[in-house]
Amino acid sequence: MDEASSWFMRELERRGVSRRDFLGFCGVMSTALALPRTAGAKIAEAIENKEKPTLVWLEFQDCAGNTESFLRAGRPAVADIVLDTLSVDYHETIMAAAGHQAEAALAQVVADKPGGYIAVVEGSIPTGANGAYCTIGGRAAIDIAKEVCGGALATVAIGTCAAFGGLPAASPNPTGALSVADAVPGLKNLINLPACPANVENLVGTVVYFLTFNRLPPVDRYRRPLFAYGKSIHDNCERRAHYDAGQYVEKWGDEGHRTGYCLYKMGCKGPVTYQNCPSVGWNEGTSWPIGCGHPCIGCAEPEFWDKMTPFYTHLAGFPGFGVHSNVDRVGMWATAGVAAAFAAHGFVQLGKRMAAAGDKAPAVESKPPRKTDKQEEGELS
Amino acid sequence: MTHIVVDPVTRIEGHLRVEAEVDGGAVQNAWSSSTMFRGVETILKGRDPRDAWAFTQRICGVCTTVHAITSIRAVENAIGAEPPPNARLLRNLIMASQMVQDHVVHFYHLHALDWVDIVSALSADPAATSQLAQSISDWPLSSTTYFAGVKDRLQRFVEQGQLGPFGNAYWGHSAYRLPAEANLLAVAHYLEALDWQREFIKIHAVLGGKNPHLQSFLVGGMATPVDPDQQASINITSLATMRKLIREAKAFVEKVYIPDLLAVASFYKDWAAYGAGVGNYLVYGEYPDADGHNAPLYLPSGVIRDRDLSTVEALDEAKITEYVTHSWFEYDAGDGQGLHPSLGETNPNYTGPQPPYERLNTDGKYSWLKSPRYDGLPMEVGPLSRMLVAYASGHQRVQELVGYALGKLEVGPEVLFSTLGRVAARGIETLVLAEKLEGWLDELADNMGRGELRIHDNSKWDPKTWPKDCTGAGFHEAPRGALGHWVHIVNGEIANYQCVVPSTWNAGPRDAMGQPGPYEQALVGNPVADPEQPLEILRTIHSFDPCMACGVHVLDPTGREVVKVRVL
Repeated sequence: MDEASSWFMRELERRGVSRRDFLGFCGVMSTALALPRTAGAKIAEAIENKEKPTLVWLEFQDCAGNTESFLRAGRPAVADIVLDTLSVDYHETIMAAAGHQAEAALAQVVADKPGGYIAVVEGSIPTGANGAYCTIGGRAAIDIAKEVCGGALATVAIGTCAAFGGLPAASPNPTGALSVADAVPGLKNLINLPACPANVENLVGTVVYFLTFNRLPPVDRYRRPLFAYGKSIHDNCERRAHYDAGQYVEKWGDEGHRTGYCLYKMGCKGPVTYQNCPSVGWNEGTSWPIGCGHPCIGCAEPEFWDKMTPFYTHLAGFPGFGVHSNVDRVGMWATAGVAAAFAAHGFVQLGKRMAAAGDKAPAVESKPPRKTDKQEEGELS
Repeated sequence: MTHIVVDPVTRIEGHLRVEAEVDGGAVQNAWSSSTMFRGVETILKGRDPRDAWAFTQRICGVCTTVHAITSIRAVENAIGAEPPPNARLLRNLIMASQMVQDHVVHFYHLHALDWVDIVSALSADPAATSQLAQSISDWPLSSTTYFAGVKDRLQRFVEQGQLGPFGNAYWGHSAYRLPAEANLLAVAHYLEALDWQREFIKIHAVLGGKNPHLQSFLVGGMATPVDPDQQASINITSLATMRKLIREAKAFVEKVYIPDLLAVASFYKDWAAYGAGVGNYLVYGEYPDADGHNAPLYLPSGVIRDRDLSTVEALDEAKITEYVTHSWFEYDAGDGQGLHPSLGETNPNYTGPQPPYERLNTDGKYSWLKSPRYDGLPMEVGPLSRMLVAYASGHQRVQELVGYALGKLEVGPEVLFSTLGRVAARGIETLVLAEKLEGWLDELADNMGRGELRIHDNSKWDPKTWPKDCTGAGFHEAPRGALGHWVHIVNGEIANYQCVVPSTWNAGPRDAMGQPGPYEQALVGNPVADPEQPLEILRTIHSFDPCMACGVHVLDPTGREVVKVRVL
């Protein structure tokens, strides 16, 4: 046992941590970072050999909103994560080093730990102007992404921009912005945690999942963990009873709005958006957008800036409103009809705007509404 | 002459590159370059103006409220919507709590490590640190045991060998001057502030559903219902929650941030001689204290030229122009002129070196930011500008606090025009606003108590009520300074959208006359002890609190498509 390793064992004892607990922790960490189960053993080995798991966080065409969300982590607190749990060797927004010392820190991880570090990517990756729409240290974002994600044990695309292209890729995608999956094709062990920004609870939630079930969370076809993205906002919405009863907000600030009626008519995209906002809330459960009176804008879905807009136009295919409608009929009609109409709605809006912008065709493929599927349940490729 | 490149400039929002020539231990010349472009304004074209706030909000996730607020103001100005009093109060609460949270995070998490040597804290004596802490504040977390615990945690972190985000930094640099105990105190508060910011910003979840990227903004008002008797509204429970958060925030600013700021500043008084910058200051003003178009603003607008505090000029928005002489854009009529934002053209035209590159061609175009000018002059925007304009305009509380800070440091007002002055002004502003927040909460409660529950001007919600062709402008004081949006709406859709953002004012490149921007000017004369470790450059750049994700310019007014898009 070398000096560092014995330091580590002493440290465990000092904290009253048994080896069994430690291995459990490593499993948890592998899941927190959405790694294959086998990575748990690798992490254990790495830590016993003196190291905390290394994480590098890349920011490209981003707004740092996911970084800010990460700073809101309370369970565990962000300070515990950064100081005690992981070695965050590169993160431009928080790191002390700058310039070539910062670049050296990243290069060192890539060189010294091939296949042994976690890459988190925030922001989309532009391909226009030969990469000049986003450079760091004089290098194009796409070159950095290929090198760093390509050499990582796993990659987490955090936020909708990294997961799906997001805002920069919204029509007409002026900079040729791509998601991580599209910019670095064939990337293994890629997990998408979309939303604008991603809710830090869903990073932490992955840990809880593994702790409870001792396996990786299954993901949907967009590589989103089902526990966080497996049900629609609508299914869990605290205002669902008002929807079923045909009680809707008609005007901002009206009695229905103050009472907490359904925001469907004001443009809510909850029925076609899959995320756990209603059940986990934001900022340690303080509230969430519908809870404070504004419709869902669908921010966890691919191409939401094009398909979910105009935000204040209600989804197509809704049969009618008001207390005079037959309650069951409204509910059934809406549930079946709305999802089917959704693709057409998004597509029409997109085509309209594209025409206004002078383009001939939509910049993005129109996809049908997703179903909850489990095609990638279990371990990732 | 040594040529220094700092890229990436870290501990900021976004992507910033600084190049500088250093000779004789000081910066002789400097260039500031933004290296990221998204085209948000292009993306807005043809969309529903009521959606625009959500798009522009994503320009920045750090100052996550500012582009949303400015956007709804611009659209309201265009269509003639009149938000009711409660909307004004809800917005004031959101804006000022953003400012308070953002400034504290900047001081501790983005800026402190330029002044605080973490490694030095390892040699601190916890008992002496406790004495120091108790000598400057009655904040309760100040015992010897407490600081011993922090030191122990730091010790274990360093011994373990992986420094993570604190690796490869400039620890031990000769420009670090705090005693070990002050360093340990700062490390303790760095950690406390991480917890504090997470707690305080829950006020945004109450007011906006979530943070970052609050979701309660509406053109014409706010989406947060207020009703003391309803569970789904801002009610008495919400008021109590917010009151608690505001009081705790104020206590932290009073008892931790301000004492730390003054303690650190007292060791770095020489930084009052560096980083002055262009010496012109511009403020749009913020926090309407009444309703209507000419409502008084708690922090006044105005322009100060050439550091002359005896005269505050009235701001004339028509005098704003933007240049692209050294920016990767081109103007139809040539790059030698400036254009008013309402007539702004932005044709992206990258002429820089192909990546990967070592050096920018600073004689030519070298940034994705334009160069805004006021009456042809570069202007600094941000907390220092706001505090100077307020001070010179006779704002009582600002004058008291500026006087208090100068007195504690035993210096005169001339030190304000500096890197140190910028840091101090941010702290003073934080306290001014932390003190102000509860008053707006009281006003909101008063309204609720007398049945004034309106949150929105419904009369202009339907686009059919809008003029066929209208233009509007919205202004705001963001944490980093004066922010303006200009919108042109035709047949209910956005025809043109322009943003002139604080970091464009501060970080923009040279203009047609060759005048450097505020960052560039502020760096000249800045000491650099070791060109390999340009810590001092970071001090001055960070004092502006860069927020770079703003290289967003866009379309010409005729609607001609200016970007050839590769559809992927």
